[in-house]
Amino acid sequence: MTYLVEMKGIEKRFPGVHALKDVRFDLRPGEVHALMGENGAGKSTLMKIMSGIYSRDGGEMLVDGKPVTPDSPRAAQDLGIGIIHQELSLMNDLTAAQNVLIGREPRRSFGRLDEPALNRKTAEIFASLNLAMDPRTTVSTQTIARQQLIEIAKALSYHPRVLIMDEPTAALNDAEINELFKVIEKLKADGVGIVYISHRMDEIKRIADRVTILRDGAYINTVDAADTPLSTIIQLMVGREVTQNTPNIPDTSQSPVALEVRNLSRGKEVRDVNFDVRKGEILGFSGLMGAGRTEVARIIFGADPRDAGEILVAGQPVDIRTPHTAVAAGIGYLSEDRKHFGLAVDMTVRANIAMANLGQFTSRTGVLDETAMKSAATDYIKQLGIRTPSDMQEVRLLSGGNQQKVVIAKWLLRDCDVLIFDEPTRGIDVGAKSEIYALLEDLAAQGRAIIVISSELPEVMRLSHRIAVMCEGRLTGILPGGAYTTQEDIMELATQREPLLSGAEETA
Amino acid sequence: MTTTSIDAPKSALSRIIAAGTHQRVLAFASLIVLLIGFSIASPNFMQASNMIAILQATSVNGVLAIAVTLVIITGGIDLSVGTMMTFCAVITGVVLTYAGMPLMLGVVAAVLTGAVCGACSGTFVAKMAIPPFIATLGMMLILKGLSLVISGTRPIYFNDTPGFSDISRGSLIGEVIPSLAIPNGVLILFIVAIVASYILNRTVLGRYCFALGSNEESVRLSGVNTDRWKIVIYALAGSIVGIAGLLIASRLNSAQPALGLGYELEAIAAVVIGGTSLSGGRGSIIGSLIGALIMAVLTNGLRVLSVAQEWQTVVTGAIIILAVYADMMRRNKSS
Repeated sequence: MTYLVEMKGIEKRFPGVHALKDVRFDLRPGEVHALMGENGAGKSTLMKIMSGIYSRDGGEMLVDGKPVTPDSPRAAQDLGIGIIHQELSLMNDLTAAQNVLIGREPRRSFGRLDEPALNRKTAEIFASLNLAMDPRTTVSTQTIARQQLIEIAKALSYHPRVLIMDEPTAALNDAEINELFKVIEKLKADGVGIVYISHRMDEIKRIADRVTILRDGAYINTVDAADTPLSTIIQLMVGREVTQNTPNIPDTSQSPVALEVRNLSRGKEVRDVNFDVRKGEILGFSGLMGAGRTEVARIIFGADPRDAGEILVAGQPVDIRTPHTAVAAGIGYLSEDRKHFGLAVDMTVRANIAMANLGQFTSRTGVLDETAMKSAATDYIKQLGIRTPSDMQEVRLLSGGNQQKVVIAKWLLRDCDVLIFDEPTRGIDVGAKSEIYALLEDLAAQGRAIIVISSELPEVMRLSHRIAVMCEGRLTGILPGGAYTTQEDIMELATQREPLLSGAEETA
Repeated sequence: MTTTSIDAPKSALSRIIAAGTHQRVLAFASLIVLLIGFSIASPNFMQASNMIAILQATSVNGVLAIAVTLVIITGGIDLSVGTMMTFCAVITGVVLTYAGMPLMLGVVAAVLTGAVCGACSGTFVAKMAIPPFIATLGMMLILKGLSLVISGTRPIYFNDTPGFSDISRGSLIGEVIPSLAIPNGVLILFIVAIVASYILNRTVLGRYCFALGSNEESVRLSGVNTDRWKIVIYALAGSIVGIAGLLIASRLNSAQPALGLGYELEAIAAVVIGGTSLSGGRGSIIGSLIGALIMAVLTNGLRVLSVAQEWQTVVTGAIIILAVYADMMRRNKSS
């Protein structure tokens, strides 16, 4: 059997990360080959290599049995390889047709555009997709789902023989997904090979012929989709050994509730979320990328508005609309992107620690009290074990783990009762991770309520006293922490899509 | 397959209104209000001669604004247009006055010089990945210095080139219709505007201006040679600046090497008033033209009303802030 595309021994390194280790993948004409793995398993990286966006550091790639090295998206397109990106990459100010045929506009002499031909060609592609849309519609006026369909139309306009779909259904509703699957069936019949990346187990069963599983940048296995139970696939995906200890779970059932969230909603991202955290408790938040965990945190912190819902701090309803009110109510949020939102990296450790609480260090005349700031900073450097030559070191010169500790110090100084940690150990090496874990446990033991959002299952299981799992904006369940909850339990909730509820409601 | 429905083609008028042109409509309305307001305030304002003076005063800034519009739509900025204009004028002076070449060669030299300078800026931005603000700031100083060096800091006069001052001050229209003596400078402004507008809306180059400003990475991933197009766009803007150089040299009948600084800000102000987004992806030539007219009408009207020059500048600044604020309000509402 000749393969349409065959990749063998693919290697890719990024600074500090071995993203792909000896990965292989192949694709036959007329099949849907699903590529599965947890966040960060290397799926998107592998596909970016196939589509010429990244170059590979090792291994070989064959198209129709001939070795190729696509060095640009253009080169991959010439080989017949098209990709629909995970993030939308449309030009919002242009029309649908202008987007679909960008770079291949029908031209007349002297570089003049043939706009009618442009719109006609696009209309044909839309028709083949059963998509009712005026090609002259500006992209920014369309919903995310319809933008996704424009993106798909754009990929199809290249008449690809290989089509890579990276989470194409993330923003689509069931009717639109059905429409997309019809298109996929049609492409299959035409002999197009489709690489399908999705976290949705039900979709894999519906359309995939084969499934390849990656884990931590390594190839695990390729299985037949029809004969393999979902549980086996999940097991292969998360299969890494869980060597970490399970947490010591204190009995917090009698502690007062520090934070309660009722019916929190915001568009499609957060839908009717309810939970509470008690003092001294660590509540883990698990879920796949885009499940709405960060969105929940940002609403609680007042960084994004909410459509509906109530937030109670220590039993009292608080109308949080800005981060300022959240902080005043004793809620701290440590962003997943600490470089962008958490730290002024060019400033000193001292300045960063004092940042969120400058009022405390300001004299009546408005002059900053450097001595008091210095003593507070040195206190926390000692207490948290921040490894820095002095409190005057610039934060950008510290390691990731120590930077994270500076952010934590900053919020401790504000004396927050509720601390929300969003991906607290992202980009931090293993040694520093366990220090951060110990720190979080200390903070809980001191009676603070801790919320930890993490995409790494072992981390959630290692830390959480209870585990809240989200999927597509809904909280699909809260599991007890400890040894009784397995990764499979969490993954099941994390992939529990709404059972066609929206569709049922519409037809009812 | 019958679910596909394509709307019937809309009329040109309804499409112009629908295409998010509110800011342009707003700018145009402001222009009309200003014209009416000033004519009520002063009987001298609405004189034909004063109107022609306003148009003549718009011509240089208008042409520069058109050039900057192209660059701003790509999401860039060009701070060098003021001194580039002077540099083009100086080079024209060298060609015509020092070398004694025929008039036509001087015109070609001005446009070519602008194109080369623009291509340089574009190369810094595209190939060397220098932010447009910095690249064109550097270019602004380089060109200012070169103008002074080449001219020996002295103005170059065009007394020996017959017909040079007619480029701006003559009136081809006036020769045909004596009652309508619109100066050539104004005619050139409108021709440049029409051509640039056509390029922006009907050609591949224009399409990539908007596309680059909208989402450059996406254009690159679509297989478009974005670097090359950026250089071409900056070069086109540069050649339009060359035309502005001709206009100002012709109006002053000399190339004044010390002139130029500050013109870039006036041009950018006109572009912003005209509704072009400084973050790229959205904008129009007609908007910038209206913006330049608003600025000229303001200056002229306030002068007719004997408002001190200093206050005219204050008012212009306030108008810029008002115009952008109105645009932001509208966008917040629509999103």
